[in-house]
Amino acid sequence: MQQSANTTSAYMPGEASRVRQAVVGSFQQTAAAQSCELQPLADDLVLLDSGLDSLCFALIVAQLEDELGLDPFSDLDEALFPVSFGEFVQLYEAAARRSAL
Amino acid sequence: MASLRERIAGAPPHPGAALEAWGQRLPLAELVAATGLGSARAELAGRSVLLRTRGQLGAVRCLVELDGLARRLVLCPPDLADEHLPGVLAAAEIDAVLTDALDAERPHPGVPIHRLRAPVQLSAAGDLPQVATEWLLFTSGTTGAPKMVIHSLESLTGAIAPPPPSPAARMVCGTFYDVRRYGGLQALLRALIRGCSLVLCEASEPLNEQLERLARLSVSHLSGTPSHWRRVLMSSQAQLISPAYVRLSGEIADQAVLDSLKAAFPQATVAHAYASTEAGIGFELEDGLEGFPDALLGRSGPVEMKVEDGSLRIRSPRLAAGYAGPAPPALTDAEGFIDTGDVVEFKDGRWRFIGRRNGIINIGGLKVHPEEIEAVINRHPAVRMSRVRGRRNPIVGSLVSAEIALADPQAAGSPERESALRASILELCRSELTPYKVPASIRFVAGLALTAGGKVERSDA
Repeated sequence: MQQSANTTSAYMPGEASRVRQAVVGSFQQTAAAQSCELQPLADDLVLLDSGLDSLCFALIVAQLEDELGLDPFSDLDEALFPVSFGEFVQLYEAAARRSAL
Repeated sequence: MASLRERIAGAPPHPGAALEAWGQRLPLAELVAATGLGSARAELAGRSVLLRTRGQLGAVRCLVELDGLARRLVLCPPDLADEHLPGVLAAAEIDAVLTDALDAERPHPGVPIHRLRAPVQLSAAGDLPQVATEWLLFTSGTTGAPKMVIHSLESLTGAIAPPPPSPAARMVCGTFYDVRRYGGLQALLRALIRGCSLVLCEASEPLNEQLERLARLSVSHLSGTPSHWRRVLMSSQAQLISPAYVRLSGEIADQAVLDSLKAAFPQATVAHAYASTEAGIGFELEDGLEGFPDALLGRSGPVEMKVEDGSLRIRSPRLAAGYAGPAPPALTDAEGFIDTGDVVEFKDGRWRFIGRRNGIINIGGLKVHPEEIEAVINRHPAVRMSRVRGRRNPIVGSLVSAEIALADPQAAGSPERESALRASILELCRSELTPYKVPASIRFVAGLALTAGGKVERSDA
């Protein structure tokens, strides 16, 4: 299942791939730091079934803000919270595209 | 003033109304008509009673039993640490404990413990003199000796409009809060006084099961903190529920969460309220905009609000009467206004909340004192001093961030050494603090500004 994340990223332009790698890395580091058992990061993985709790997601969002300079959750244009891991990645990829404009 | 039992009995009839907990159900009719106190009823009359319950339903039964019977009831939150008990027993002059737990004795030195029994028909509620019961609630600070404020059923229900004599529409309430804290207690009293069902969620119950239950029981009015609601929005089961009324309080409700809820539940009224254990309910707004309009300030009415020295002040009959305990600090100023400590800022025609004056960090509704975390960080041998502050977070409202000045600034002289030091400080924090108190980010700084009194500057809260 881990492969599906990597396979998808291989078809994306460099920036999207960088964002995905940062997101994957942040999920894995946070899960390890919080001693949570992280499910394989497939795009259709429902975030709340990923093994992470609200605090983990909060830490991930903070870490990605520090690392990528992106905070799409606080962006008013994004009125929908992501449900799946794939949507979470897309949210950051879209924010990265916007910030590059 | 009618007791809670009498007020539930006098509520408009909603056939079959019940408290619906996880795997347990308590019809309101039974709550009113039955007692689980047995012979302890007479013994608890006029006493100051600590309510330490394992479950939320047990807490509700205790509240209904004791309001009007006990001189004082003290509602313990589910996470009250045993180490604080002696202080609580003394400060509240506790002379009895009421619990629903059947097992292990907990430390209540010198105080008799009564347990709720299987309910039996209450034969004569009027056999004992009715008293005006004081309700002592814990404020939501989480460190040091817990503080309690004194409320009454009247101050707690002041914001609840009297129910229409015949219910216009079917109403089923639900809440993500625990009824043993202020937000949940409000949800409970609203439901009981309106005579309608209330679905209670347990912290240990998986969110998907909570949502399935809320959906199965057709909850129409659902309340929680912005953090509770963000969890719902991230759930694949969110579309199961279709509330007509969504309510947020207990944390800053930002525009993003209000907009997201409106998008997810287009049929719902999304209301955000300002409330605290000390100040009661300040306002409830249904305009879908974060913060509050200037028009709320300086208005006459039951609730008066003003901004002074940058923080919101409230005066109303819903305030707590004061802090409990010997030589309690003043809760209000000379004019009867309470300083909420919530710093607000006026921008674009609207007042917005920007944080806490005293640096208290609100993480998903749990309030954290920065000093507690600083004390742990400062124990690290490489650390000279530290400053902990809140960092805004779109998932749980705030997270902890720390600035650290090292004893030897060269100790973090290279990226590798800085990284190793950061890891070592975090390891110390993880061993000493509950996870949400561990800093989400650490920044090493050359020095930290001090106030004239020699304290770490927090004026930019």
